[in-house]
Amino acid sequence: MLARHLDNDSPQLLGSDVFGRPMKAAAELPASRRQFLKASAAGAGLVIGFTLAGGNKLAALAAAAEGGFAPNAFVRVAPDGTVTVLIKHIEFGQGTFTGLATLVAEEMDADWAQVRAEHAPADASLYNNLHWGPVQGTGGSSSIANSYEQLRRAGAAARALLVQAAAEAWGVPAGEITVAKGVLSHDGSGRRSGFGAFVQAAARLETPVEVALKPAADFTLIGKEAPRLDSRAKSRGEALYTLDKSLPGMLTALIARPPVFGATLVSFDDSAARAVKGVTDVVAVPQGVAVLGRGFWAAKQGRDALQITWDESTGETRGSDQIMAEYKRLAEKPGDIARQDGDAETALAGAAKVLEADYEFPFLAHAPMEPLDCVVQLGEGVADIWAGSQIPTVDQGAAAALLGLEPQQVRIHTMFAGGSFGRRATPNADMVSEAVNVAKAIGGRAPVKLVWTREDDIQGGRYRPMYFHRLRAGLDEQGRLVAWQHRIVGQSIVRDTPFAGMIQNGIDPTSVEGANTLPYHVPNITVDLHTTDVGVPVLWWRSVGSTHTAYSTEVFIDELAEAAGKDPVDFRLELLGEHPRHAGVLKLAAEKAGWDEAPAAGRTRGIAVHESFHTFVAEAAEISLAEDGSFKVEKVVCAVDCGLAVNPDQVKAQMEGGIAYGLGAVLHNALTLDGGRVEQSNFHDYQPLRMNEMPEVEVHIMPSDEPPTGVGEPGVPPIGAAVANAVYKATGRRIRRLPFDLHDFSAA
Amino acid sequence: MVKLLINGAERELDVAEDTPLLWALRDELGLTGTKFGCGMSLCGACTVHVDGVATRSCVTAVGDVAGSDVTTIEAVSGKAAEAVQTAWEKLDVVQCGYCQSGQVMSAVALLSENPKPSDQDIDAAMSGNVCRCGTYVRIRAAIHEAAKLMEA
Repeated sequence: MLARHLDNDSPQLLGSDVFGRPMKAAAELPASRRQFLKASAAGAGLVIGFTLAGGNKLAALAAAAEGGFAPNAFVRVAPDGTVTVLIKHIEFGQGTFTGLATLVAEEMDADWAQVRAEHAPADASLYNNLHWGPVQGTGGSSSIANSYEQLRRAGAAARALLVQAAAEAWGVPAGEITVAKGVLSHDGSGRRSGFGAFVQAAARLETPVEVALKPAADFTLIGKEAPRLDSRAKSRGEALYTLDKSLPGMLTALIARPPVFGATLVSFDDSAARAVKGVTDVVAVPQGVAVLGRGFWAAKQGRDALQITWDESTGETRGSDQIMAEYKRLAEKPGDIARQDGDAETALAGAAKVLEADYEFPFLAHAPMEPLDCVVQLGEGVADIWAGSQIPTVDQGAAAALLGLEPQQVRIHTMFAGGSFGRRATPNADMVSEAVNVAKAIGGRAPVKLVWTREDDIQGGRYRPMYFHRLRAGLDEQGRLVAWQHRIVGQSIVRDTPFAGMIQNGIDPTSVEGANTLPYHVPNITVDLHTTDVGVPVLWWRSVGSTHTAYSTEVFIDELAEAAGKDPVDFRLELLGEHPRHAGVLKLAAEKAGWDEAPAAGRTRGIAVHESFHTFVAEAAEISLAEDGSFKVEKVVCAVDCGLAVNPDQVKAQMEGGIAYGLGAVLHNALTLDGGRVEQSNFHDYQPLRMNEMPEVEVHIMPSDEPPTGVGEPGVPPIGAAVANAVYKATGRRIRRLPFDLHDFSAA
Repeated sequence: MVKLLINGAERELDVAEDTPLLWALRDELGLTGTKFGCGMSLCGACTVHVDGVATRSCVTAVGDVAGSDVTTIEAVSGKAAEAVQTAWEKLDVVQCGYCQSGQVMSAVALLSENPKPSDQDIDAAMSGNVCRCGTYVRIRAAIHEAAKLMEA
């Protein structure tokens, strides 16, 4: 029984948006565009909805008006002229609020100071990721790329309506009205006005079926570094995250989860837990035992006091070493073919020189700063969920299934999230499912805030999988690369998930991306894969397959360059004839790093280049080695080709951040199991990169007219290999087992 | 009952003396600008000022700060705070922003003590504040920028 009745129209229950502003019911958008325009015009001013489908064909707009396509709605203009852009991709640092709002504001000719952003509600019919089909979600560095035309058209449509409304009001031809910085002007009559004056009139107009987009030469915001819309709130503690959400009567829940993955609950004694002041409930849920209390501290103390008996016989009880030993055995045999050009085996047999190297990659936790959390409030025929929802369609579907509701009865209020790096994009909606289960278990009596501790986060699974790579390559007498064989062993991220359709011919593309797309010209290439069965839940981790394939390929190519007696940059460039964008960033990074000049005394350099998510990044790392064997990455010079850079400063920020994230992992991080138990628990034994380890970073953006591609992930892949190649120069040692912390360089 | 001086106001809380200050601030007083990141003084997201000193509130018992002057991000003010927050905005330091309350509080404490910190001073004062988005390059630059603003 769900005791609480939720008043659907009650704004105070919705509380405030992520900036702490009161939230209006505007988040609930009626499905029909006509209704939608009318409803909004009455209240909050002009709402521009517009329709398109199947890409960006203007013709689709006309068809949509007849009911053929679902509408999309991204723009609101308030009577005071404020332009609010509904952001369909979660803002968790990568800059979607700023970037997507820029696209709208550019085509509206809005003044940046009048632009606001807020998260769109969960509604895949309006806010799907155009790269993903009918799913609303953020990932694969696709936010700008899939929105680039869509949101510009949304802005252009808004502008056209405002211009038409002004033309009618002023009695002048629309074509004579100009718009700049949020001001409509008619030179002939000397009339000028802001957007606000026309919102009522514009709301009564039909959305234009055709809108013209600006040529790039006319851009005033795109490519011009609009300041972040969330800087102020986030510098003042005002930005609201899920952890900050509070509702009257809300209880905080912590869940005790199994000590090994896949273990099951036998029994528990909650007498001590219930004796903790503030603890209100202890309930079994499918994920473990939940303790609820008034506030985190009560729930935490209650959970600490639980006595639980688990059946571990159903769980994964192997250790990391054992799993890796099995991977190595598997690597002796060919796997499923992910790429085959020519005949690598025969070419290797005939090669003048053959190199072979094995690489070992550990499990990695994402460890976003805000541990997972989710707030749920159940009502009659409705559920409200506040979460850092990375794939709202999945979260909505999971909650609906658990509650016996239709997905549209689950309202997701996306909050700012304290990072994710992939962790919040779970195919099983883990944090949402847990929170819903807890709320159900107490009969919907009170709103529930589920909180994971850092220990829960580090030990809770959904890791970047462990991988083993074996590479073999052959050079001919002239030092030319004639054969390349790359074998990968590891778990599939998408198998047994709703994304399993990505698997083709036994190949999970996320296991081999970056390896089967090796850009170097080699006449004979084989890339094959063994997908393993391990009971540890795994997940995409910032840059996914490229987290390991960029490392192995770019360290190995360095080794081959040396064997061929060639400079690592020259060797790569000779093999990149068919890949000018790889070559372009490689040359740019090398040039800016002063590759042709010797580094300062005590310093060495390494370089790597990699494409991920259609963005090309080269990084040159410069390190210094101390006598005690410790080394520091002093400087990284990065070159990125992401097509047109919508916000160059934020492209730089993502490269800086990607380098930091990747560097911390290769230097320090391994998530290891002993008898199935995770050996790490918090930031003392899963060390993040810290200020004193952060290199100076210089980012150079390749000028480009290509459509924009993403930058959230592509800064990560090259850094490990670039550092490894610099470490080799300094120490003569090739690091083939990560992280670097496992290795002692004091004798080097 | 524990009596605390929070952001200049006396507050009386019905919590045990060993309750971490972090959870008293967040759950009892609704001061959510101070964040939870690790619970073990390992990440700095929960940094507040206790008598002006940057302090990790997740491991500070409320009983230990009775009678002390506690300042959170919501109320931090003064020349250094103004300079830090201005510089943070000017350089667009933030990404996800979750750690930034703590970063700002540590940076303000640093600049209040040492208005012209060197890179080494910044490393020493800021290495306890983790940023998983990796905004360190800009945090460093913004602290130098804030130092300049304070001189002006």
